[in-house]
Amino acid sequence: MIKIANAQLWVNDQEEALEFYTQKLGMEVRVDATLPEMGDFRWLTVGPAGQPDVAIVLMAIPGPPVMDADTAEEVRNLMAKGFAGTVFLTTEDCQASYEELRARGVEFVEPPEERPYGIDSGFRDPSGNHLRLTQVRDLAAL
Amino acid sequence: MAFAPPARHLLRARDLADSRYFEPLGVDELARAAGLSRAHFSREFRRAFGESPHAYLITRRMERAAALLRNTDRPVADVCLSVGLHSIGSFTTSFTRTYGMSPTAYRVRFPPAAQHALVPACVFSVFGRPQHRTFREDSGASPT
Repeated sequence: MIKIANAQLWVNDQEEALEFYTQKLGMEVRVDATLPEMGDFRWLTVGPAGQPDVAIVLMAIPGPPVMDADTAEEVRNLMAKGFAGTVFLTTEDCQASYEELRARGVEFVEPPEERPYGIDSGFRDPSGNHLRLTQVRDLAAL
Repeated sequence: MAFAPPARHLLRARDLADSRYFEPLGVDELARAAGLSRAHFSREFRRAFGESPHAYLITRRMERAAALLRNTDRPVADVCLSVGLHSIGSFTTSFTRTYGMSPTAYRVRFPPAAQHALVPACVFSVFGRPQHRTFREDSGASPT
């Protein structure tokens, strides 16, 4: 069976992202490994507590020779413009999670709203990546 | 705080348009959210997103209005107010110019599509925003 283990997000600054995903979103650090033999490349992954087999890789935008300066600038810009990707999170209680995250300083772009598939809200991480937070309706009940 | 590319501030302004379109929001407020002067903001926004902040705001309002027409039975005047516009006349004009038909005709033509119900709302919001169409009547609304 093929399963999802990690999915990667570009981030502008790994420390800033780490703080956001752990202290504000409440995720846990899965791996934080810096590899001197690879020019101090830092493999940093976080994931929701209670979902140990899925993680998000918070990947710094590399410099040359991995990525040339122009491409890195394009990626940085795409991310800052909000076009680099979206993570869809779910919760059992959207309103409660919204209040909790907001109290920790998460700025929501969309507060919780009723949708045909559940209650949905949205916010961004400091880099501009879009995150959804959805209380999915029991589809069997539809 | 890490260095953020200038576009990140522009995205904050665009997010403001997306989240507070129902308020009497204008380009001045968006420029403030980005921390830029109005003229500089409009130029930079256009450079980043390929259209003026005025055009973005009006098309966001049109997209939201279209969604309300499809998904609710609220009267057209209500829909107009719900997207931050106060003149039914200019709302109808803008809507008709954008979608090629009046709000009432649009509602009849596009009843809620049950098969789309499970597609995330953010997908509709992003992909459903119409192309901006400019005619002379917009010139009074400082389209920069």
